[in-house]
Amino acid sequence: MSVARTIIAAMLLVAAPALLAGEIPQDARHSGYSFMGPDTRAMQDDDTSNPGMLFVLDGEALWKTRSGSAGRACADCHGDARESMKGVAARYPAFDKALGRPVTLDQRINLCRANHQQATPLSHESRDLLALSAFVAHQSRGVAITAGDDPQLKPFVEQGRALFVQRQGQLNLACTNCHDDNYDKHLAGAPVTQGQPTGYPLYRLEWQTLGSLERRLRSCMSGVRAQAFDYGAPELVALELYLMARARGMPMESPAVRP
Amino acid sequence: MIHIAALIAASLALTDGTRAQALVSYNIVGDGIPESLTGAPGDAARGRALVLDRSTTCILCHSGPFPETRFQGDLAPDLTGAGNRWSTSQLRLRLVDASRFNRETIMPSYYRNDGLVRVGRNLAGKPILSPSQIEDIVAYLATLRD
Repeated sequence: MSVARTIIAAMLLVAAPALLAGEIPQDARHSGYSFMGPDTRAMQDDDTSNPGMLFVLDGEALWKTRSGSAGRACADCHGDARESMKGVAARYPAFDKALGRPVTLDQRINLCRANHQQATPLSHESRDLLALSAFVAHQSRGVAITAGDDPQLKPFVEQGRALFVQRQGQLNLACTNCHDDNYDKHLAGAPVTQGQPTGYPLYRLEWQTLGSLERRLRSCMSGVRAQAFDYGAPELVALELYLMARARGMPMESPAVRP
Repeated sequence: MIHIAALIAASLALTDGTRAQALVSYNIVGDGIPESLTGAPGDAARGRALVLDRSTTCILCHSGPFPETRFQGDLAPDLTGAGNRWSTSQLRLRLVDASRFNRETIMPSYYRNDGLVRVGRNLAGKPILSPSQIEDIVAYLATLRD
């Protein structure tokens, strides 16, 4: 490691946010992967059996396909995604200067379509949007999560944390009640997990398809019988941002497989 | 000592325009509710079926003497022997509003419809369980003796 790199690494350590009460310390953070059985792990580990890789392949084709009235493909601006997209998903949701707020990777793809391809937005959880986001996120596989490091994101990370610890829904439960306080336990026989979003978009066997973190969050909200935030709602983006910031330093696994 | 829980909330207008369902009133005596919410005893057999039905949520967190199901939770105490540990009066208040005993508890208040945030649109103003469901479950739990 060069001197400059050492200095940068030291600065990052200093800049790392202090742990808040109830938060899981870095060395105790575990991906949902570690809560799964050997069969599901094997399915994720082998690219030929990981169903998420079919979406990655579709995404790679879409990356090179011209779209919209501008007649441009993602690759026309961004080139080889293996280079240009490496580490990008690990820092999303990211601050958008024009909007003055964080946007998810899915929202970034649609902003790119609107602004640079003059193309219509892809709808939430559509095959094409999941394929593109899976392809982009796959380029960050193994990269440590750094989302939330941008100081401009601080109030939004705090908003997400406030939502994470707020009890909600008819069952009156906060995310933190299960995913900080009880991740070593079981809900109806299934491991609770820490809710570390390291592998999105991911293939969930229960869904029989790939899905976004927003879909998972909305499903958890329905689980506690709360009115789920709409896709793309600022609250849902803030929650996603907080979860990514909470998983700081954990390696990306996209596309992961989960039960 | 008798507290009168004034839980008739029929006139409480909620922000989304729906109205809170009127809950039956009940008297808390000491650490329990001695009288049935329906005025009649519950049915223990129906109560057992309710405890095992995921939609009541009991089995998601609790385990118990239910050999027929593998899908039991361990977020909350095993229900085996609940009838030894608690009287029906105590069981009833624990189901109605466990947060009275511990504000930090993760156990939902099964017969409450106020002080909740962002409740699903179709559920706003409604308690999780009806009075007769509470009574059936109380009747069943009271039979769980070692």
